[in-house]
Amino acid sequence: MNAVAKKIEATTARLEGMSLPAGGKWATEAREAALTRLRTMGLPDRRDEYWKYTRPDTLTQTDAPEASVLDTGEAPLFDGFDRLKVVFVDGVFDAEQSDDLSGEGLNIERLADVAAKDIHWARDVYGVLENNGQSPVERPLAALNSAFATDGVVIHVTGKVSRPVNLIYRHKSDSSDAILHHVIKLDAGAELTVLENGPAAARFNKSMEVDVADGAAFHHVRAQGRDHERRAVTHIFGRLGTESVFKSFTLTVNGRLTRNEAILELTGDDAVAHVAGACLGDGDFHHDDTVFVTHDAVNCESRQVFKKVLRNGATGVFQGKILVQPGAQKTDGYQISQSLLLDEDSQFLAKPELEIYADDVACSHGSTSGAIDEEALFYLRARGVPKDIATDLMVLSFVAEAVDEIENEDLRDEMLARLEGWLERRRD
Amino acid sequence: MLEIKGLKVQLEDEDKQILKGVDLKVEAGKVHAIMGPNGSGKSTLSYVLSGKDGYEVTDGSASLNGEDLLELEAEERAALGLFLAFQYPVEIPGVGNMTFLRTAVNSQRKARGEEELSAKDFLQEIRAKAKTLKIDADMLKRPVNVGFSGGEKKRNEILQMAMLEPKMCILDETDSGLDVDAMKLVSEGVNALRDEGRGFLVITHYQRLLDHIKPDVVHIMADGRIIKTGGPELALEVEKNGYADILAEMA
Repeated sequence: MNAVAKKIEATTARLEGMSLPAGGKWATEAREAALTRLRTMGLPDRRDEYWKYTRPDTLTQTDAPEASVLDTGEAPLFDGFDRLKVVFVDGVFDAEQSDDLSGEGLNIERLADVAAKDIHWARDVYGVLENNGQSPVERPLAALNSAFATDGVVIHVTGKVSRPVNLIYRHKSDSSDAILHHVIKLDAGAELTVLENGPAAARFNKSMEVDVADGAAFHHVRAQGRDHERRAVTHIFGRLGTESVFKSFTLTVNGRLTRNEAILELTGDDAVAHVAGACLGDGDFHHDDTVFVTHDAVNCESRQVFKKVLRNGATGVFQGKILVQPGAQKTDGYQISQSLLLDEDSQFLAKPELEIYADDVACSHGSTSGAIDEEALFYLRARGVPKDIATDLMVLSFVAEAVDEIENEDLRDEMLARLEGWLERRRD
Repeated sequence: MLEIKGLKVQLEDEDKQILKGVDLKVEAGKVHAIMGPNGSGKSTLSYVLSGKDGYEVTDGSASLNGEDLLELEAEERAALGLFLAFQYPVEIPGVGNMTFLRTAVNSQRKARGEEELSAKDFLQEIRAKAKTLKIDADMLKRPVNVGFSGGEKKRNEILQMAMLEPKMCILDETDSGLDVDAMKLVSEGVNALRDEGRGFLVITHYQRLLDHIKPDVVHIMADGRIIKTGGPELALEVEKNGYADILAEMA
């Protein structure tokens, strides 16, 4: 039997006994279509090129490996911000801890409620952006998510919303296995900021499909939880209309395994897509950023900025691609992925790719791995800064380019303060 | 203040001796200048004193107010009051000048068992000192030395010196890359710090810096040794005749 047939057989066996969640007409159709995709593709295994650097087995196996809940004793993130809180505990919406799901300029509903209806606008986005994102590279875990997710939020943004929506993921049970799926649709000219934080569950599979209409702006700032053994695979699918803006930043500290995929398609002229991430890993830490940006319109700009700080045998992975389709002239594409290796045991695996079918574009990409700059370290120490603090300053210096991608100054400061706090506590 | 005896230094990963027995004593309140041709070991001396890695001391000693410097980490030497103004100040993107300086000031205070400076007091002090060096608020906020001109970088070094209030200041070719106006400004900054309790060691190729920062003692260094010591007139002699005469005289 060949490898593909084996994979399909393993997937069929894995899915045996699993039934799709009950729902209304549109959701059932979307879930069935996603399941069909999944059965055709098969779950990823380690022979897959796209999973060469990250072993998918703990993400695909039946039971989630356990992860203990970490009590950090820290003040909750985004505490000082006026925001709409939506809380999930082990992947289940918690009305008690959440704010009233309403706000000016947006309509926000639970996926569970929306999926029960026979007709809902979400059908135009749910599983649709994910399906578009399955080509040219398959993302079976996103199809799995679309098929089996029962909870999440469905947000329709009609105006400029100043109060961010904060999705908070609490982790309570050591063996929780959570799937969440969010759908966000921004009408022309609408604006929304989504904040995400928390470890979510022992194992977490999350998808977010974001449809950004002409002239709309979507901002996303996320901090993934620090629970040491937690595992997560997340997908963000973005579709960008003319003159729209999509900006996403992710901070990751700890966790056993994280794979964050961002699949963005610039479909309208003059659109801007930025996706950035900073991670700090120590020991049994595997962090994978997989990004695919498709330019399918004229005069669009995209940036990918990823920085990884690794020590004690931690592993960082970056697979990033810019695809410029025929006719997507005047494309301005930028991609940088860098690692700061704090010792010789850590490793960074990078696969930067450009694929360009238009002749009037400017695309640049770079990838580096390096140790701390000894000259700069000496400069700091010669001013009286002890070596450990000087090293942390160099770490902050290293990740700055990624953190600077956060447009809102208060949010940027919040992320930096959190980062500094983590570095400081680690020193004690 | 600073006392160096028979200091011999070679590169750590290369069997090459750079300092071949340096003797030097800088008293509190005095400005000593070291001049010398390229490759004489002037910068190496400044690095070895301030604790840079990559050098091996094979013989001799160096102490600051009786404390053995060579046994200490770079940050410990700084906390003791040693300051090196770099020939090439390093750029550190992403770290604000102000954050860096406050971390440095408070790290030193902490190491000495003194109370840390509050954000407010620090701000007041740095604003006042920055003003005299014509360093504007924007330069304080910007990342350390990033996008600074040569003159701005050197002014920033002097600002750090003013904030850290060291006992012994080593200036490594502070005049390099400076135009006449910038040299004057930097020199004024240095002169303002001249004090009975503070010693200076000014390393330079050229006499012109010494027109602004008037030395008490001038040393000529060549081939890893101090070969001649005199008053300010020695610097003028070098300016006029170059090093060749002195080297020939000593040979």
